[in-house]
Amino acid sequence: MTIEILIALLYVLILASYCGFELISKIPPTLHTPLMSGSNAISGITIVGSILCCNQLGYTQFSKILGMLAIILAMINVVGGYAVTDRMLKMFKK
Amino acid sequence: MDIIIKLAYLLASILFIIGIKRMNKPATARNGNSISAIGMLIAIVATMVQLNVMTLPEILICIVIGSAIGFYVAKKVEMTQMPEMVALFNGFGGLASVGVGLSEYWRESYENTQDIHTVTLVSILLSILIGGVTFTGSYVAFGKLSGRINGNAIVFKGQHMLNLLLLVVGIAGAAMVMYNQGWVTGMYILLFISLLLGVLVVIPIGGADMPVVISLLNSYSGMAACATGFVLNNYMLIVAGALVGSSGIILTDIMCKGMNRSLLNVVMGGFGQTAGTVATVGGKSDLVVKEVGVEEAAMLFDSASSVVIVPGYGMAVAQAQHAVKELMEILLKKNINVRFAIHPVAGRMPGHMNVLLAESNVPYDRLLEPEQIDDDLSNTDIVYVVGANDVVNPAARHDKSSPIFGMPIINADKAKTVIVSKRSMASGYAGIENELFGYPNCLMLFGDAKATLTKVVNELKEM
Repeated sequence: MTIEILIALLYVLILASYCGFELISKIPPTLHTPLMSGSNAISGITIVGSILCCNQLGYTQFSKILGMLAIILAMINVVGGYAVTDRMLKMFKK
Repeated sequence: MDIIIKLAYLLASILFIIGIKRMNKPATARNGNSISAIGMLIAIVATMVQLNVMTLPEILICIVIGSAIGFYVAKKVEMTQMPEMVALFNGFGGLASVGVGLSEYWRESYENTQDIHTVTLVSILLSILIGGVTFTGSYVAFGKLSGRINGNAIVFKGQHMLNLLLLVVGIAGAAMVMYNQGWVTGMYILLFISLLLGVLVVIPIGGADMPVVISLLNSYSGMAACATGFVLNNYMLIVAGALVGSSGIILTDIMCKGMNRSLLNVVMGGFGQTAGTVATVGGKSDLVVKEVGVEEAAMLFDSASSVVIVPGYGMAVAQAQHAVKELMEILLKKNINVRFAIHPVAGRMPGHMNVLLAESNVPYDRLLEPEQIDDDLSNTDIVYVVGANDVVNPAARHDKSSPIFGMPIINADKAKTVIVSKRSMASGYAGIENELFGYPNCLMLFGDAKATLTKVVNELKEM
């Protein structure tokens, strides 16, 4: 990794965090639980990392099992998180 | 091909941001969640295409299994169990980060003969440390919330010293790995310590402080995802992780302000256990309360023109949200104005009460924040407190010796009459007596909230 890449990554981190702070501070308390479960589902994005790792390590048995387990867990997080958020938001009526 | 994958990741990041943006209104929130889900789908499909995943059936099988379990759980879970479910899923996110960190370390140290770049190694260490704490911390939170383990604060002597010591050992281990990359044992030490720390950090925190803990763990899972983004040089992971991290931090801050306590104070734990003994010694236990029966309560409601309902965790425990909604309906039918005042820390997670009331079809525009309704409370005929305690305790306003002094409360005592549904005179989470119950305008409606409320509604129907 070169220093340029690191700096680019830091740019992304700072801008995305700022963006997150701005957007999320405008979310009303009524929606805080769906926000949590929804953002929880987003944190399941590590699934992408798990898939990449699982592939790269395809040849040693232990790490493969580790990677597969990570995929299952991350997928529960992603699908479960989005589905339950949708279920909750469906209930909010005026 | 590579550029298409990168563009797909960019698109996914944009969709996450738009999705969060649309969460700012109940009317658009569901759509926002779907947009974010589409972003995730694009990200996953792009990754699989990149790897030509069809040659790896195991990955596909794992994805299908995980999705099926997640979908099933999401459909089955009760709304009252939402806090523990969020905690459980959060833990999975943390564990996935640990997995990514470990396997990257493995690959880099076994496959490549050259050294791992310092930044990558630091990111790997961070994703293991944060991910590990998130994983076990969320599991303990899950256990506490679901009643599988004792929900009270578990404190022992030297607890903070032990945590500090573990953290120092963990950092020392990490530093050793930095110095000598081949030293795998150091990695295991770090992993073990992070898992242990997760447990030790959450056990001293009691039930009603859970909203803070869950928010905090939520932000950790985001930070862990960020760290894995640095490990893999992946912008999308960083964007997604940063969004989740900042969401968790904001919620943590709101929760701490709602209790007028610093994050450090909450994380140190043990709240309410020492405080309880102090208050009893203070000799305030001779509170004289006035009891009210079901019929009388119904009569009071019937003659009111405006009612404010203050729900708390007790409503969730008693599953009384549907009975509360029936009360609202019958009062509205009698042309009585009904609104809800919801304290930010009511319940076991941010927005817990709002979700329960939405489940029982209470329209969200009737749910107000304490400051929105404060001016109206003195013109309100009845404030009905169901399952809330500390958040309506006037001691927070004037009693400097009270552990909850300075906490923003709902000033229920300003109303003409306060009716409190409660099972017994047991004190709230802070372990202190609520002086509101002894006020002349306060009436206690003892009994299970759901059962008594149903009786009140039946009485009202006959009036």
